Amino acid sequence: MAELLLELFSEEIPARMQVRARADLARLLGEKLKAAGLDFGEIKTFATPRRLTIVVDGVPGRSPDIKDERKGPRVGAPEQALAGFLKSSGLSSVDQAEIREDKKGSFYVALIEKPGRAAADVIAEIVPEIIKTFPWPKSMRWGSGRLRWVRPLHSILCLLDGKVVDFEIEGIKSGKETKGHRFMAPKSFAVKSFNDYAAKLKDAFVILDGDERAAKIAKAARELADKQGLALVEDEALLAENAGLAEWPVVLMGEFDEDFLSVPPEVLTTSMKSHQKCFSVTEGNALTNRFVLVANLEAKDGGKAITAGNERVIRARLADAKFFFDQDRKTSLEDRVTELKDITFHEKLGSQYERMNRVRNLAREIALLVKADPDLAERAAILAKADLVTLMVGEFPDLQGVMGRYYALDQQENPAVADAIAAHYKPQGPADEVPTDPVAIAVALADKLDTLTGFWAIDEKPTGSKDPFALRRAALGVIRIILENELRMALRDVLWRSLGAHVIGGVPPDRDETNILSDLIGFFADRLKVYLRDQGARHDLVDAVFALGGDDLLMIVRRVEALGRFLDAEDGEHLLAGTKRAMNILRIEEKKDGRAFDQAPDPALLELPEEKALAKAVDEVEQAAAKAILDEDFEAAMERMAMLRAPVDDFFDKVTVNADDPKLRENRLRLLNRIRATTQAVADFSKIAG
Amino acid sequence: MNKQTKSEGRKDAPSFQDLILRLERFWADQGCIILQPYDMEVGAATFHPATTLRSLGPNPWRAAYVQPSRRPKDGRYGENPNRLQHYYQFQVIMKPSPADIQDLYLESLFAIGIDRNNHDIRFVEDDWESPTLGAWGLGWEVWCDGMEVSQFTYFQQVGGFDSDPVSGELTYGLERLAMYVQSVDNVYDLNFNGGEGENKVTYGDVFLQAEQEYSRYNFGHADTAKLLEHFRDAEGECQALLTKGEAGERHLMVLPAYDQAIKASHIFNLLDARGVISVTERQAYILRVRDLTKACCAAWLKTDAGGAANG
Repeated sequence: MAELLLELFSEEIPARMQVRARADLARLLGEKLKAAGLDFGEIKTFATPRRLTIVVDGVPGRSPDIKDERKGPRVGAPEQALAGFLKSSGLSSVDQAEIREDKKGSFYVALIEKPGRAAADVIAEIVPEIIKTFPWPKSMRWGSGRLRWVRPLHSILCLLDGKVVDFEIEGIKSGKETKGHRFMAPKSFAVKSFNDYAAKLKDAFVILDGDERAAKIAKAARELADKQGLALVEDEALLAENAGLAEWPVVLMGEFDEDFLSVPPEVLTTSMKSHQKCFSVTEGNALTNRFVLVANLEAKDGGKAITAGNERVIRARLADAKFFFDQDRKTSLEDRVTELKDITFHEKLGSQYERMNRVRNLAREIALLVKADPDLAERAAILAKADLVTLMVGEFPDLQGVMGRYYALDQQENPAVADAIAAHYKPQGPADEVPTDPVAIAVALADKLDTLTGFWAIDEKPTGSKDPFALRRAALGVIRIILENELRMALRDVLWRSLGAHVIGGVPPDRDETNILSDLIGFFADRLKVYLRDQGARHDLVDAVFALGGDDLLMIVRRVEALGRFLDAEDGEHLLAGTKRAMNILRIEEKKDGRAFDQAPDPALLELPEEKALAKAVDEVEQAAAKAILDEDFEAAMERMAMLRAPVDDFFDKVTVNADDPKLRENRLRLLNRIRATTQAVADFSKIAG
Repeated sequence: MNKQTKSEGRKDAPSFQDLILRLERFWADQGCIILQPYDMEVGAATFHPATTLRSLGPNPWRAAYVQPSRRPKDGRYGENPNRLQHYYQFQVIMKPSPADIQDLYLESLFAIGIDRNNHDIRFVEDDWESPTLGAWGLGWEVWCDGMEVSQFTYFQQVGGFDSDPVSGELTYGLERLAMYVQSVDNVYDLNFNGGEGENKVTYGDVFLQAEQEYSRYNFGHADTAKLLEHFRDAEGECQALLTKGEAGERHLMVLPAYDQAIKASHIFNLLDARGVISVTERQAYILRVRDLTKACCAAWLKTDAGGAANG
């Protein structure tokens, strides 16, 4: 068993493409080895800015011989049939075929033997195929060649069991040599095996493993900060990017003028990160005037020149940011609102200005439902998008909302208004927190609901994996804001009002508004199901509760939770079985008779004690459950339901529903209908699985 | 505790003009012909016919030149330490891109005084696209200690035509690079000629007044009605020359036509700076310029220099 080592050495591979390239290389090589009959053990992949490497353990020296038999025509078959057989089995005459006998006589059999091939020969074929068809997100040509790679490919190291696997692609011959760090060890060297390769690379200032580079950066950065009593602002994405930009990461700390600390910390962090890929540093809880940079060189002067250079760039960047911050504050947010007329939100949904007008009205109405001051909610909604036309947000779009809050505070807006401007975009993902202040809740809900009703009105709904306007995220945001803040809200009413604003505002829905609304409610139901499933709830229970037609999300969830607990207990399990049995019988008999059995059972026709007990229990439970539901005590409602279990079980044990006497039969079917109706108070049991 | 670097600069660093001379010498030694700037207003050195047109077709080509570049919108009345409406690019174009072009580029940095042992040079992904030229390529921005000092691109398409062979394009931002090697924070403090005391001429001595005057012109006084007319004139002339130059399989007047495309592009930039082009119109203007450059590129391929077969 041998080790296969392959290194594709190129000019700098974009950091963001390295992880996927490793996975693609492992997948493609693995598939092709298997397809060629070559088994293997473990695959490991690595990427640095200049190389993509794979090592495969346990590759056999040869692929196995393959023996195959092909049944041919009968002996004495027509010439044509024989010729076809010879051609398809690769024989030159029938003498090479074996003759076998069966009940009907003798026939030809071709024995085809495919000898195994040397692994090196197979690899010499499949590696060029992989290189030529590699799925880079973007690839290029260079010089006069035809080959495509992410950036010019310079050399290929390919060893099987320490020996070079010979092949050539576009003038690049495979070999056993590679190079070290671009500046610190540029000379070529030969390697014998993966261990030899990794060790020699390390001597040549290349850490092959990206995780190891990231760990080295994180450790050194923390230590540098620690030494000064400071703390690093951790950032996984930034760490990964830096690990993809250096073969030999060296961590240094620089500083900038304390004056810049007057600029909001989010601005400083974003500027240093997005432009310079530098980490921020805090002292206590506040940002301090230091930054951590990652270089790709162990400099002779210990990094003095590199630090000084980066400090100058950071200074210029922060000076720009400070300039934006100072300039932006010269114009009030209120004065910027009219500029929103020039920003198109969506060609069919008008400008951000028109949108603002819809959202401010909706925010007022929602404010009343969530006990927020309607004036503050409206004010926040008016100003919420004004920062989109500031210099700062133009430069750093990620800072939308955050800057609006700073500018609002600067202009003496009510703090609740300022906070709402920042928080109204929340939650921006499943991990993000939801707004909790009532004013922010009102604006956040209004903003998201306006988006949803707007896109529903123009029929731009998410399909499959396509959701260009992030409508699923908006709906999930609404759900989380309502549930996590325990808000009571008739969603249908609120959506209706929001949709009305689009109609009045000139977006004529091309379909009936009622249909749009039920479709959107259905979308919310689906999102809620996904959300609850992620929380561990059963989606069939959500269906069972949704089928009752409610639109108060909080109550729906409470019911689902209570129902889940009920069904997990023995009483619930039995009652579900009994109810389903009742429903099945009803379905069949209703069909047979072509009518419903929805009148009250006649007490005079109740013969057996089990019938009488059930009729009594159903009446009692119905009343008690209805009261519990009125009190929104779903646990209690379920407890009442549980009291049905024994009478239902006994009824089915002792009573024949389809009695010979048609009167008795009808009365018993009416009784079954009562079971169905009573359980409807908590859920539609027919939607529940099991 | 922060040491403010005084905008005085390093004494041993090359002057602005010395930087240009060293780059020209270096690239001349690599077999590039050293051209002079194109005598028209362009937004970037790529517009020079020595890049746009010469990068098309099969003929080998190696050239280097300084190109003054005009970005009317970037004017700051001389008040911003690193934003200019007129600045210099140093351009290298090599077709086909040699296998060692990255090494050559790095050598050029060392040749202008960047110490390879003490500076962190990095190739950071940056794909290039010029909508007005119908061109795109893959490459990097090159960082020196976190400062972007060059753009490095392998052309994949120009004027809508596949680059075959591929040209390697290196564009150095000369002011930035000079600010870096001289360690100055304000572009106007750059030592232009290397002189000391009374003999020292700064970048500001040469260009500050120009920046102020052109900012006034670009933002306030360029006559937009006339410019709109000029745009249409240049567009019309370009199209007319392309038609008149048609000679069957050949084309006889590409370069004069391309000049008009360059002119239209610059006028568009001026109009943009004057703020008279709306967001939706902007795209339409860009497409009009692109149509001109694409047509010029197509015509170029019907000339000798464009590699058209004799016949």
